[in-house]
Amino acid sequence: MIIILANNNLRADGRNFDELRPFKIEAGILKRADGSAYLEIGGNKILAAVYGPRELHVRRIMRPDMAVIRCRYNMAPFSVGERKRPGPDRRSVEISKITADALRPAIFLEKFPRSTIDVFIEVLEAEGGTRCAGITAASVALADAGIPMKDMVVSCAAGKANGEVIMDLSEDEDKDGEADVPVAIMPRSGEITLLQSDGNLTPDEFEKALDLAIEGCMKISEEQKNAIKNRYGEKNG
Amino acid sequence: MILVEDKALVVPGDVLADEEYYAGRGTFKEGNNICSSLVGLVAIRDKKISVIPLQSKYIPKRGDVVIGEITDVRFSMWNLDVNSPYSGILPASDVFGKEKRDLNKAFDIGDVLFLRVVDVDEVKKVKLGLKGRGLGKFRGGILIYITPTKVPRLIGKKGSMINMIKDETKCDIIVGQNGVVWVKGEPKMERVAEKVINMIEEQAHTSGLTDRVRNMLSELLGKEIEEETEDVPEPDIDNKQG
Repeated sequence: MIIILANNNLRADGRNFDELRPFKIEAGILKRADGSAYLEIGGNKILAAVYGPRELHVRRIMRPDMAVIRCRYNMAPFSVGERKRPGPDRRSVEISKITADALRPAIFLEKFPRSTIDVFIEVLEAEGGTRCAGITAASVALADAGIPMKDMVVSCAAGKANGEVIMDLSEDEDKDGEADVPVAIMPRSGEITLLQSDGNLTPDEFEKALDLAIEGCMKISEEQKNAIKNRYGEKNG
Repeated sequence: MILVEDKALVVPGDVLADEEYYAGRGTFKEGNNICSSLVGLVAIRDKKISVIPLQSKYIPKRGDVVIGEITDVRFSMWNLDVNSPYSGILPASDVFGKEKRDLNKAFDIGDVLFLRVVDVDEVKKVKLGLKGRGLGKFRGGILIYITPTKVPRLIGKKGSMINMIKDETKCDIIVGQNGVVWVKGEPKMERVAEKVINMIEEQAHTSGLTDRVRNMLSELLGKEIEEETEDVPEPDIDNKQG
């Protein structure tokens, strides 16, 4: 077990309790996808691709009044220390579902009845907080694909490790910590589209973690918008 | 009160203006505010504010002229891909009238057609037709896909942009409203037209585009002539591709 030292009130990686890992977002990096994004946060490297709205051939999931959103979250075998067996497992099926659920409220699905929007999230390197990074990247890819949305969904986690409530847990803090609270929001209205909680927290700690996660979301949200603007901005000036 | 300038780049969720303005395309109202729902450029006309998307999918509309590729031949109709979330159908009766003939002999899978959208019904069934001037099957040529919202930019004011490309490259060019462009000419000229059209698609949101297209055309065509005189074996390769 790795012991996280809390000297000078700093975390193992030298961050403050309310500090995000360094991150960058890039939009429109895949040529063949309708929309795409690449995101790095700490040791995470994530690729998101969006196809659609496109024709839906699976009749039983077709909605006559709106589009359906399908998500696939996948971890590359080489994304973690010990080789991960390729293919979907219980964890990735769950994350695929919650990603679709987190993105759905933001999209104007009723504009494309009887069609589908497909979102693919590939984790190339994982270091804690991949589901949040995946949602953040997917929403940039959706915007890049020109899909009409109420807002760009953004996601960030908070949790508790070594007795402290902290923002954006790293892999070690997640594994050895006491709790993990991933949150996704629509930043303009502050509406929460995803809220999970794993571990033990008192009500006060939970409140604090939620506030921290939302604060983190707001910081990432700015960068999300810049990523889209940078894609077109260079040629504008 | 307005919070953005005309032609500003906005992203989904950006607040554009308050209720003094009307919400146009690409925007929605939330409470007292008008917000953008797309990545695009703001367009303000009088009191109406809209967002022109930089990326979009073609949604079939009655009366549009489109370019489609046949994907399936059925008993009494053809299925076509019109670069849209909704595939199109071309009824055999539209081509043959009441006469019964083999559908395969008229059009086969992979054929590219220039069509008109006759009707789009509630279940998003897109009926296509071939009645009209210039509609029918294409022979040869290449297809280029662009974003449908950039079609007006490619055509230019009264066709200025597209006519310039046509004149310079001596290619036949037809632009479907679904963002499919058909180009036919000499193989080398087709490549030039393709490069130019892709450049327009990339830079559609910038100003002074016509001049840049003119420069690019003269630059590319200047090079083409040089290549022809220097490299003798190259035309052979091009001919095979064509």
